[in-house]
Amino acid sequence: MMPTPETSPHIELRSLDELWFQVAGTVCNLTCHHCFISCSPRNHSFEFLSYDQVERTLRESLEYGVREYYFTGGEPFLNPDLTRMLIRTLDFGPTTVLTNGTVLQDDWLDRLRRAEQNSRYSLEFRVSIDGPSPDINDPIRGNGTFVRAMRGVSRLCRAGFLPIITMTQTWDDRQTGPILSRFRDILKQHGCDRPRLKILPRLKLGAEQQRTEGYGVTERVTPDMMRGFDRDQLLCHHSRIVTSRGVFVCPILIESPDARMGSDLSDSMQPFEMKHGACWTCWQYGTICTNTTWMKSPTVEARSS
Amino acid sequence: MKLALFGGIYSNALALTEAIRDARQRGADAMYCLGDLGAFGPHPDRVFPLLHEHDIACVQGNYDDSIGNERDDCQCGYTDPRDNHFAQISYDYTLARTSDAGKRWLRQLPREIRLSVDGLRILLCHGSPRRTNEFLWESTTSTAFLERLCRQADTDIIAGTHSGIHWMRRLSGGRCYVNAGVLGRPENDGKTNVWYAMLRTGPDADRSDRMSGRPAWSVDFVPVSYDFRQLAEQMRQESLPDEFIETILTGWWTTCLEILPSRERRAGRW
Ligand code: SF4
Ligand code: SF4
Repeated sequence: MMPTPETSPHIELRSLDELWFQVAGTVCNLTCHHCFISCSPRNHSFEFLSYDQVERTLRESLEYGVREYYFTGGEPFLNPDLTRMLIRTLDFGPTTVLTNGTVLQDDWLDRLRRAEQNSRYSLEFRVSIDGPSPDINDPIRGNGTFVRAMRGVSRLCRAGFLPIITMTQTWDDRQTGPILSRFRDILKQHGCDRPRLKILPRLKLGAEQQRTEGYGVTERVTPDMMRGFDRDQLLCHHSRIVTSRGVFVCPILIESPDARMGSDLSDSMQPFEMKHGACWTCWQYGTICTNTTWMKSPTVEARSS
Repeated sequence: MKLALFGGIYSNALALTEAIRDARQRGADAMYCLGDLGAFGPHPDRVFPLLHEHDIACVQGNYDDSIGNERDDCQCGYTDPRDNHFAQISYDYTLARTSDAGKRWLRQLPREIRLSVDGLRILLCHGSPRRTNEFLWESTTSTAFLERLCRQADTDIIAGTHSGIHWMRRLSGGRCYVNAGVLGRPENDGKTNVWYAMLRTGPDADRSDRMSGRPAWSVDFVPVSYDFRQLAEQMRQESLPDEFIETILTGWWTTCLEILPSRERRAGRW
């Protein structure tokens, strides 16, 4: 555990807008060097969620007025019940799944597309690929992963989805423009005629902490920094994540014991002390995990509700 | 009662004129605008006299807050560099062409308007009751969430705009969310008309809606045709971006596509 400054601000849960499921635990077919929760085929510190757990939580979520549901891992599609869970979730609300794109199968995607067409809500796919070519992506995500993930993107487009590609930025800011336009071209060549791209900052946790460096002691959010700050920028202001080991404050901190809030949603409503280095990254970059960007705005503060 | 609800006007005085005419013809008892009076189109100052002359009460949108207070940008929060580029051109134009009197008026607009009509509590806002620049899209907004917004805002009907495409959802207990669409630009459906919403309450509601025993309401979405070629010409004369003019002429959005959820995005051309 890292040293913490004397006081860290607390953040309250304004309302439960997004509910996350860590549906594949920490199990992943890849072992990316920048994974902020060190997922791997052998990391069973968090296990798969069962269909019944998801169903129970969906029902429990109704009274909180959850707006959207997110599925993450590890790699969600390693959970054999995922397709069924996603189809069920579309009865409750908009659904997003974060995948590495390497294990997708056409028949799952066809079923999901039909389910989306029968639902009033959208099913979004976010595929993590860290650059427009193997030489940028593969050193981080593993040999051959660029080609495999792009094959997944083609499958998604063929099935009728418009995947969002998320890239963790490992390059210099000045290269961002050229990288984006190169990626758009590559995506078009793979049958994705409306490329949607999103760049994420690195989180210096998990495997990434080993790869580069962890957070310095001064990289912390202080009470001063929260004055006048638009709290909607922080995921923990409006989200929680359900895991095999209980409900945690956010998808980022599940390896920190203090981030566990309780065993079900009703236990997880209390404020959280933002004493982690990752909180500092969130403070800098805003809501990095959801599809909706909460708009940065100095004046249009959410009225507490 | 018949309440005409106009969404974002985006300086489209030509469409506003037609919408007012149409609403009057349908016997509107009152007209409201849900904010974002400027943006996108030409000659922002042409909208204000129409609103005053016809007694149209307005909610403050994020654009109105920005222009009124001369902020640096429109607070739409686009994430794509290309979107930001175009948004900034139209923002700088609107800021420069809005008179001081117009800015003063925008500054003092309320964030919400509450009405009590025929036994119904109605809340008019711009994005959502809790946040002026919150996008509520049909495909990414759960019913449970809308029910919560109504509960927390203590209202039966929430009406908003901001996202640019009209839709509505019936909620439990006779409640409802209405997105009035916008008068400023077409809806990304390949048609050049724009939209507003007519909320009819009490005795003006449909017969079927009056049977429930609860305070009654019905919603019509009304397409408005206007001289879009003239608007395009004015935009050209003001050197506004060709991409915006194309939207007016074709009915397809050409910018700000990154903020659309996949379902709404697939419905468009780009
Ligand atoms: S970053 Fe994603 S794909 Fe890579 S190891 Fe972690 S969970 Fe798996
Ligand atoms: S890491 Fe980010 S989302 Fe998680 S508690 Fe800290 S600020 Fe909130």
